[in-house]
Amino acid sequence: MTTATTPRQPRYLLDNERVLAPLFMTPAVLYIIALVGFPFVLSIVLSLTDATVGNPTYDFVGLETFRRILFDDPVFRTALWNTFVFAVIANVLVVVLAKALAMVLVSDFRGKWFVRFLVLLPWTAPVSLATITWLWTLDSIFSPIDWVLRSVGLLDGNIIWLGKQNLAMSSVIAVHTWRIVPLAAVIMMAGLTSIPQEIRDASEVDGAGFWRKLFQITIPLMAPIIAVAALFGLILTITDMSVVFVLTRGGPTHGTQVLSTWAFFKGIEGGSLGQGAAIALFLFPVLVAVAALILRMARRREVL
Amino acid sequence: MAVVEVRGIRKMFGDVPAVDGVDLRTEEGEFLVLLGPSGCGKTTLLRMIAGLETPSDGEVFIGGESVNGLPPRIRKIAMVFQSYALYPHMTVFRNIAFPLKAEGLDRDEQREKVEWAAGLLDITRLLERRPRQLSGGERQRVALARALVREPDVFLLDEPLSNLDAKLRAAARDDLLEFQRRVATTTIYVTHDQVEAMGMGDRIAVMNHGKVHQFGTPEHVYNDPADTFVATFLGSPPMNLLHKGKYVVGFRPEQFLPESVANDGGATTGFTYHVNRVEYLGAERYLYGHVRGFDEETKVIAMLPVTVQVPITTDQDHRFAVASDKVRYFLTETGERVDPEMLQAPLRP
Repeated sequence: MTTATTPRQPRYLLDNERVLAPLFMTPAVLYIIALVGFPFVLSIVLSLTDATVGNPTYDFVGLETFRRILFDDPVFRTALWNTFVFAVIANVLVVVLAKALAMVLVSDFRGKWFVRFLVLLPWTAPVSLATITWLWTLDSIFSPIDWVLRSVGLLDGNIIWLGKQNLAMSSVIAVHTWRIVPLAAVIMMAGLTSIPQEIRDASEVDGAGFWRKLFQITIPLMAPIIAVAALFGLILTITDMSVVFVLTRGGPTHGTQVLSTWAFFKGIEGGSLGQGAAIALFLFPVLVAVAALILRMARRREVL
Repeated sequence: MAVVEVRGIRKMFGDVPAVDGVDLRTEEGEFLVLLGPSGCGKTTLLRMIAGLETPSDGEVFIGGESVNGLPPRIRKIAMVFQSYALYPHMTVFRNIAFPLKAEGLDRDEQREKVEWAAGLLDITRLLERRPRQLSGGERQRVALARALVREPDVFLLDEPLSNLDAKLRAAARDDLLEFQRRVATTTIYVTHDQVEAMGMGDRIAVMNHGKVHQFGTPEHVYNDPADTFVATFLGSPPMNLLHKGKYVVGFRPEQFLPESVANDGGATTGFTYHVNRVEYLGAERYLYGHVRGFDEETKVIAMLPVTVQVPITTDQDHRFAVASDKVRYFLTETGERVDPEMLQAPLRP
């Protein structure tokens, strides 16, 4: 009897996991280093110097730049306050509206796919383009909102949407809310559908009406997902500059100035690289802390 | 306590009837079992009684009143789900108190009632725990306590034992039955497990394809199955069915005995049984083989208790017999059972 020896397949270098794994990871790592890591390190370095566009020597000044933006720059304090107001109000609105929207979207009705499509639309448009349409919608002379209000007789003249302090702030908050609600709603839909049907049925049999079911069953069970949606919203509002930049450029007279736009105006347009970097970095520790806190809360609720 | 009745109830999912015209009526305080294979519509029927599903047609009555269109919470029912559906973010106490809170009872009354229900099910020491920290059996008790605490008119139980392991299940079955007898509340119990159904039910409704095939006491459905479906669904191993022309002859494996043993005075029906294989299972012997003289070679199983010591050799014909009053006849066409007197031709093989 002859034993048939199958010819050995040649071994390739790529069969080796110790070669393959790093090979697959390299593009991602390079991308992160080049486009996130390097600018981040550079901004930390810049924030500790007094570099300007005209004088890009990296003279180390310690925390002097931070002290200066904090105490010698009243606009910075306005921007810090605005960022805070803006992030908190927009995200309270986002969480409430997204929760309501998610509940509508998971229920069964005719034409559901079309409504879902419409709702997701704001998220698919590039921020700057979407904001430009809002810029036109809120135009001080040609605003269609004013036009509608005038034609039903509720308004005489024009509303200067972006030209008055409170109106401008409200407009910016509204546009941001409009932009983030779809994302938050989709995240919350996932959370809603993960609640077992039997638990919902049980609460119904146990006599819970709509509000009791909402506040004592669905919201507590969805809390981790709501926290994640809020975290995304918070980071997206605090770090975004395009909405304010396109709508108001921080105006009227810094009335809607936020940290991201102020960092841009100071650092890029004004040329004070050091100060721009310091402003941009100012909220970084706060954001890290908030993110860590929310993620921890979310995890703890899951373990229960 | 109340009588539950459904009349001509039907539920369509798209074009498919999940429940296809069911009429049932419980007795006061009865333990009624809905038994059937998965997908037979038993859970949908239960959910319609609960009000979690809207019937496409027909009516549900609880305590003599039509509850059509009423939401679950005002039907005075309590339900235990297959997964128990305990609220994971609440302690056992808050779980049990939840229906009371929804009813608007004040705190003292809530506490009193929760403690009463917990005492009845022997879970007082678990009140401060969360569902995650409980064993399967404990969770089941909490679910029962939550159902009990409102003192409902009707209990609806949807396979409450299927998530327990086999050993625990027997004990839980016992507890559940004793508990039901004590509170004497009308109970509708859904299961696909015939042993549970036979052991617990005052009456069993055997369902398949959305229809009730038979409704009667465990003895009745086991001994006089209404059709071939019931005959094969109940009993393990199921009833042997042999085809001959327009009729089907059926008998239970435990009634199929060697002729020498079967003949205890009454009339017997004899068969020539070719045994292929013998299985020794300690308490009984299972014989696998086929009977000669029928339309096709149908597999026939005989179950001999350990008390029947007759030696059986394999690959050989044996004379077996069934007491004639234990033989059942069905129509080949519809599967329905027919009276032996109605038979047109003698079916003696």
